[in-house]
Amino acid sequence: MKKYLLQSIRLTAVLLVLLCVVYPLIVAFAGGFSKGNGGGEKITKNGKVVGYALIGQNFSKPEYFWGRPSAVGYNAAGSGGSNKGPSNEEYLAVVSGRIDTLLKYHPYLKKADIPADMVTASGSGLDPNISEQAAIIQIKRVAANRGLTDRAVAELVVKNTEGPLLGMFGPSVINVLKLNLALDELKK
Amino acid sequence: MNTELLGIIATYLLTLAIAIPLGKYLAKVFAGEKVWTDFLKPIENGIFKLSGINPKEEMNWKQHLKALLTINLVWLVYGFFVLLYQDKLPLNPDGNPGMSPDLSFNTVISFVVNCNLQHYSGESGVSYLTQHFVLMFLQFVSCATGIAAAVVLFKAFRDKTSAKLGNFWDFFVKSITRLLLPLSLVVALVLAFNGTPTSYEGKDQFISVQGDTVNVSRGPAAGFIAIKHLGTNGGGWFGVNSAHPLENPSYLTAVVELFAQVVIPIAMVIAFGYFIRRKKLAWMIFGVMTIGMLLLLIPTLSSELGGSPAIAKMGISQTTGAMEGKEVRFGPALSAYWSTVTTIISTGSVNSMHDSTMPLTGVWQLLGMMINSFYGGCGVGILNYFIYLIIAVFISGLMVGRTPEFLGHKVEAREIKIAALVTLLSPFLILAGTAIASYVFTNYGEAAWAVQPKNWLNNPGFHGFSEMLYEMTSSNANNGSGFEGLGDNNVFWNVATGFVLMLGRFLPIIGPIAIAGLLGAKKHIPESAGTLKTDTLTFSLMTFAVIVVLNALSYFPALALGPLAEYFTMLK
Repeated sequence: MKKYLLQSIRLTAVLLVLLCVVYPLIVAFAGGFSKGNGGGEKITKNGKVVGYALIGQNFSKPEYFWGRPSAVGYNAAGSGGSNKGPSNEEYLAVVSGRIDTLLKYHPYLKKADIPADMVTASGSGLDPNISEQAAIIQIKRVAANRGLTDRAVAELVVKNTEGPLLGMFGPSVINVLKLNLALDELKK
Repeated sequence: MNTELLGIIATYLLTLAIAIPLGKYLAKVFAGEKVWTDFLKPIENGIFKLSGINPKEEMNWKQHLKALLTINLVWLVYGFFVLLYQDKLPLNPDGNPGMSPDLSFNTVISFVVNCNLQHYSGESGVSYLTQHFVLMFLQFVSCATGIAAAVVLFKAFRDKTSAKLGNFWDFFVKSITRLLLPLSLVVALVLAFNGTPTSYEGKDQFISVQGDTVNVSRGPAAGFIAIKHLGTNGGGWFGVNSAHPLENPSYLTAVVELFAQVVIPIAMVIAFGYFIRRKKLAWMIFGVMTIGMLLLLIPTLSSELGGSPAIAKMGISQTTGAMEGKEVRFGPALSAYWSTVTTIISTGSVNSMHDSTMPLTGVWQLLGMMINSFYGGCGVGILNYFIYLIIAVFISGLMVGRTPEFLGHKVEAREIKIAALVTLLSPFLILAGTAIASYVFTNYGEAAWAVQPKNWLNNPGFHGFSEMLYEMTSSNANNGSGFEGLGDNNVFWNVATGFVLMLGRFLPIIGPIAIAGLLGAKKHIPESAGTLKTDTLTFSLMTFAVIVVLNALSYFPALALGPLAEYFTMLK
């Protein structure tokens, strides 16, 4: 037993060096060559960082495309989902409220046009994406608030849609931050 | 076929295509045969020399268990104190506090036993030092412990009669140097170049487009996330695990993370066949496991893609499926596949919030963890399956009136007693644990704990019961996923699940190794016309039936009170 104990302690010490010093330093070194140099890819506007490419942020102004509801208010230092169960009455009332809000700002919509991702909170609370349908239903509002034609905005949505992986696997998505920054560019 | 379903099929096939050759390779590594990674031998020899270990010293099954339990004890003590005092140690750029003793107790156990329950949140509850030197370290070594234990079992059936079962340290170290570390490097680099951070910088701050001030938690996460999946650990760098956009940036990374968590459990089954030179038996086991997986996956897909009935009633279009707690970049289909594999294999990482999945999905998630051997965790999956095999051998033996035997060794009273004890342990821990939690919730709602029992549950009614059932099931299965609405960072849950975790880990390792050790040392009986063959279709069906019957009998009442009841109320 004593023999195993000594061996265990020594082996643990050796492995700590290999697994917790050598391994992560190799990864950190290699990651330095990635976009964002290992600190996460940032997006800048006029030389200022306005966000991270992968992290969703809150958009509520009428001239922007809105992202998904977030259970943590897009707090990137405390991610979280709602963890509400599907039969929870309180939760269903919240969803119902979100539908009403959407209908208020988009009076031209029918309920059946609204996709599920616009009325449900994401898992991380930081979802950077919305579905194609979620962008399509907002085009009219955004165009009206910016004095643009529906067509110009719709074209921008198409341009900012990322298709499935290799064109075959998974859903099509739209990065809300990138789409909105492209909108701001368009105005100029 | 739509792109989301195609994505699942491609992910599974990719995993299989790599798992099969990997299994053959592992069989050779552990048999000490020549392989292309032998250039790593000098590193291994260095490790052995520094640790004062002679890797050629043969051990019997008891010595194996002694070595295994001793080193696990060392990790428990080491991890407990480092977590407790992390605020006074370096590499804590965000200034996070030390853990409370009960949280530290729970956390260290949960990582030592390959569970990763995580009653803390990654952004605010740990430092970079503890993420790496305690949690990531334990992710490597707990997985290697499971693999080494499985190899001991393999060894017992390789030769006709043998009490000498190789060297534990040898299996353990090789699991790291020949398998986990190289694969982790590859996966970590894929993640790093797709957006997961790798640098040691602390929180960042920026002003968003609309003018909000946003803080962003970061840190050297890529290496951690790689071994979290390869080692079927599942503990996330960030609070929401692989739903977090930095932890799992894209569909491609989701495919890679899914591959990483499934590949070793399948490879271990293949390795078993090659190692004991009974490939047909391994393929039969693989077949039963795969059918089991499909039987859980297909109904999960059906209930998630169908969307929430309550939201459908509001008139909303759910063309792709239920979206609460899910991310757009993965979609409901891949999230459903993830929820199945993460529960049948004891990973417990999530890319969507299980608490918000449909009631029937909850049933399949719980069942996956209760059975815990459709592929199962790294190494331990096959150990769990072995217990079912022994029981199937025993029952079939009784049915046809022959002495039960497995691979030429008589299965007698002592082995059956051990198998029965291990089998009974799971329902005991899960059901008694949930019962106690429910009792405390109803009778001691005002107890002055960090979270008062009356505020434990994030959802009322049947779903609330499911949250407690899920937590106990996940602990016993060493899974680590949760219905995360449960307020579990308080002395009751930290201590109660701490004990469930330990019993649910070590007894199901000790049991199979003891049985294998006892059987392996018995006289070998040559195969005859009277032998019950274990590599046939009939026997595989028998094993499957044993798995279904045992679990249905144990858990149906609890499932009926939780997710099934919720399902039927939603039908109204």
